[in-house]
Amino acid sequence: MTNSDWPLYEVFVRSKRGLNHVHVGSLHAPDDAMALRHARDVYTRRSEGVSIWVVRSDTITASSPGEKDPLFAPSGDKVYRHPTFYDIPDNVPHM
Amino acid sequence: MTAAADEDLAAGFDATIAAGDRIEPRDWMPEGYRKTLVRQIAQHAHSEIIGMQPEGNWITRAPSLRRKAILLAKVQDEAGHGLYLYSACETLGVSRRDLMEQLISGAQKYSSIFNYPTLSYADVGTIGWLVDGAAICNQVPLCRTSYGPYGRAMIRICKEESFHQRQGYELLATMMRGTDEQRAMVQESVDRFWKPALMMFGPPDADSPNTQQSMDWGIKRHTNDELRARFIEMSAPQAAALGVTLPGNDLDWDEFWRIVKGGGPCNAQRIAHRKKAHDDGAWVREAATAYARSPR
Repeated sequence: MTNSDWPLYEVFVRSKRGLNHVHVGSLHAPDDAMALRHARDVYTRRSEGVSIWVVRSDTITASSPGEKDPLFAPSGDKVYRHPTFYDIPDNVPHM
Repeated sequence: MTAAADEDLAAGFDATIAAGDRIEPRDWMPEGYRKTLVRQIAQHAHSEIIGMQPEGNWITRAPSLRRKAILLAKVQDEAGHGLYLYSACETLGVSRRDLMEQLISGAQKYSSIFNYPTLSYADVGTIGWLVDGAAICNQVPLCRTSYGPYGRAMIRICKEESFHQRQGYELLATMMRGTDEQRAMVQESVDRFWKPALMMFGPPDADSPNTQQSMDWGIKRHTNDELRARFIEMSAPQAAALGVTLPGNDLDWDEFWRIVKGGGPCNAQRIAHRKKAHDDGAWVREAATAYARSPR
């Protein structure tokens, strides 16, 4: 048994309070608790984080790159969702 | 899949590269692109892992607790760098077990520099200054490589390599302020490592047939000779400030190829040690696996 048989985990680190957890990479571990310990050793040797999430890669559902266009197309033609779509006179403050 | 659909995918890949955008793991990519990346990233990962040995050799004989703590941290970083890169390589559909086996069998290579022995503590400093310095020179442009996971691993690695180079230079500077004997140790170490460090950039451009394709794909950003010249230029004032003389830049490429093909002073020892470390760790992996499977 080598660690290549251990499941793959994705690692997310919150670098400081107030920020989101961000994906930093992946690692193999036999279970969740060891994944967390490995993540600390591999990804936070220099105080890069205040919180770590690990999640098994095979539990993630992702959009497929092939579906990119159809999946995201609906937002492409809705420019009115952006504030810059609207003209406001220059003399109107705080908007 | 139809030929037309294949052409669409290839056109999409080419457009992404042309726009300077990154390719991500689940994107379609040409088989040659994938193979080139696997070879390069694996070689890079193996270099980090094998690179722990020449310096690890001195951990128990560090001259002070300060130097020992620094060296331990540095060797631990090399392990971390290897893991970042193995993870990046695995996104291309190869398994960690395959990578490990191909290192042991010699099917995949690692940097020829790690097949030279470390004969004195000055070598720890020289490796930090010149070997890590050359690695940084090579790696900074790779932060913009076209394959996303590789570039992200390189960004993490480059941040940490700066400590490696500076601790090495500081170590040598400390020795240069010491006795005549210490200064001689530094010069002797630099004499041994300078040319091998220059060879880390790979063969001359004329003998590097894959370079152009790698540059077209945005995997490499500069040729071997460009990076080598840049490194030589950067090292000259550093050597002058240190008070050492750099040997000439004429390189023996027969020696390079002999070492790449397994004939260097430490090739057999490095692989045997890696295999032993892996085998000796088997019981730890087995215990962790058994514990993970036990009802709790």
